[in-house]
Amino acid sequence: MQSLGIDVLFKGTNMLRLLKGLWVSVEISLIAVFISILLGLIAGILMTSRNIVVKVFFRGYLEIVRIMPQMVLLFIVYFGTTRVLGINIEAKLAAIIVFVFWGTAEMGDLVRGSIKSIPKIQYESAYSLGMNKFQVYFYIILPQTFRRLTPLSINLVTRMIKTTSLVMMIGIVEVLKVSQQIIEANRRSSPNAAFGIFGVVFLLYFMVCFPISRISAILEKRWT
Amino acid sequence: MNELIKVDHLHKSYDQNTVLRDINLTINKGEVVVIIGPSGCGKSTFLRCLNGLETIDSGHIEVCGHEVNTTSKEIYKIRQKVGMVFQSYDLFPHKTVIENIILAPLKVQKRNRADAEKEAIELLAKVGLSDKKDYYPRQLSGGQKQRVAIVRALIMHPDVLLFDEVTAALDPEMVHEVLQTMLELAKNGSTMLIVTHEMAFARAVADRIVFFDKGDIVEETGDVKAFFDAPKTERAKNFLKTFTYD
Repeated sequence: MQSLGIDVLFKGTNMLRLLKGLWVSVEISLIAVFISILLGLIAGILMTSRNIVVKVFFRGYLEIVRIMPQMVLLFIVYFGTTRVLGINIEAKLAAIIVFVFWGTAEMGDLVRGSIKSIPKIQYESAYSLGMNKFQVYFYIILPQTFRRLTPLSINLVTRMIKTTSLVMMIGIVEVLKVSQQIIEANRRSSPNAAFGIFGVVFLLYFMVCFPISRISAILEKRWT
Repeated sequence: MNELIKVDHLHKSYDQNTVLRDINLTINKGEVVVIIGPSGCGKSTFLRCLNGLETIDSGHIEVCGHEVNTTSKEIYKIRQKVGMVFQSYDLFPHKTVIENIILAPLKVQKRNRADAEKEAIELLAKVGLSDKKDYYPRQLSGGQKQRVAIVRALIMHPDVLLFDEVTAALDPEMVHEVLQTMLELAKNGSTMLIVTHEMAFARAVADRIVFFDKGDIVEETGDVKAFFDAPKTERAKNFLKTFTYD
C-alpha cells in the first residue's frame, strides 16, 4: 500500500505549526463571533423597528452581505483600503472587520426573525398580568428569543469558522496555508502528503466544529 | 362601591370600520355577565378595551374607580385588578406550570416566593392539577392549559375576571372541564365577564346576558331564561336560531 503521507506530520515541528495555524483561524473567528453577536443583537432589535429609514438601511446592508462573496469583501477591505484611503491595516484586522461585517448582518437577521416569531398573545398575556414593558421583555420575550436563537447562531458560528479558510488569500498564515506549506516542502520526499495533511486539517476543523454543533443539539433538545 | 366596571359611550374603529358603537355597560360586584353575539361583532375587542390592550377612540372606561387610559402608568395597576384568560393557550412555554403561575405575583406584586407557591399549589388542587405543577405547557392538554391560565389569573386576586372565548380552541371533551372550573368560580361569588359561544353554559352561568351585533349592544337583560326562550329582538332571535337544528 502506498504511504498516506501522515509521516510528514511528525517531521520537525509540522504538527505544532498546524495547530498554531488552527489557532489563528479559531482566534479570528472567536473575536469576530463575539463582536458579531453583540452587534447582531443590537442590529436585530433595530431591524424590528417600524421606522422606514432604519428598515431600508438594514435591508440594504443585509443584501450587500448576502450577495457579495466574502472573498470580495476581504479584498476590498485589505487591498482596496490601502490604495484608496492610504491606510495600511493589518491582514488579521482586515479579516476580523470583514467577518464582523458579515456576522453582524446574519446575526441581526436571526435576532429579528426570532423576536418576530414570538406570538403577539405572549405579549398580551404578560401585559394582562400587570407586567410593565421591561418585565415583559426581560421575563417573557427575550428568554424565548434566546432559545430560538441558540441553534441558529451556533450554525452561523460554525459557518464563520469554516469560512476563515479564505483569509489565507490576504496572506494570513492559518491552518490551511500552513498545510499547503508543509505539502510543498515535502513534495519530493513524500508526494502523498497532500492526502495525509489535508486529512488532518479536516480532523482539526471537525474537532473545533463538532463540539459546538453538539452543544447546540443538546440545548435544542432541552428547550423544545 | 358596587360598580366594578363602568363603560360610558365607548367608541372604537379601525380605519373606516366601526367595531364598537356607543357602548354603555355597568358590571356590579359579584355579577356574572355573559356576552354573546356573532363572530366579528366586537365582543372580544370590547373585552380587550377593558384592560387597555386596545386603545379606544372616545368614551370612558372605569375599572374599580380608575379610568382606563393606555398611556398612563395607572394601567399596570388596573391590569392587576382585571384577570384575563384568552382563547389561544397563552401560557409561557419556557416556564413550568408553577413558574407560569407565580411569575406575576413575585415580580409584579413583589410577594414572597413561599407564600406565592403555597397559594399556587392550593389553586392548582382546586382545578385538579396539583400533580402537574412541574410540567411544561407543551406536556399538557388544551383543557389543562386553560385551567392553568385561569389559576394564573386568579392568584393575582383580581376584582374581575375576563374570559375571551376560552373554550373556542378546545376539543369538545375538554370544554366541559374548563367550563366546570368557571362555574365553580361563579358560585363562589367572583365577578366575571365572559365571551362565549357555549349557549348552554351561558344560560347556566349568567346573571345577565348582553347580546352584541355589529358593534352595538342589541339586547341586554337580567332575565336569562326569557332571553334564550323568547328573545325580544329579531337579531337575537336569528342569532340563537343558528344554534338549533330541526
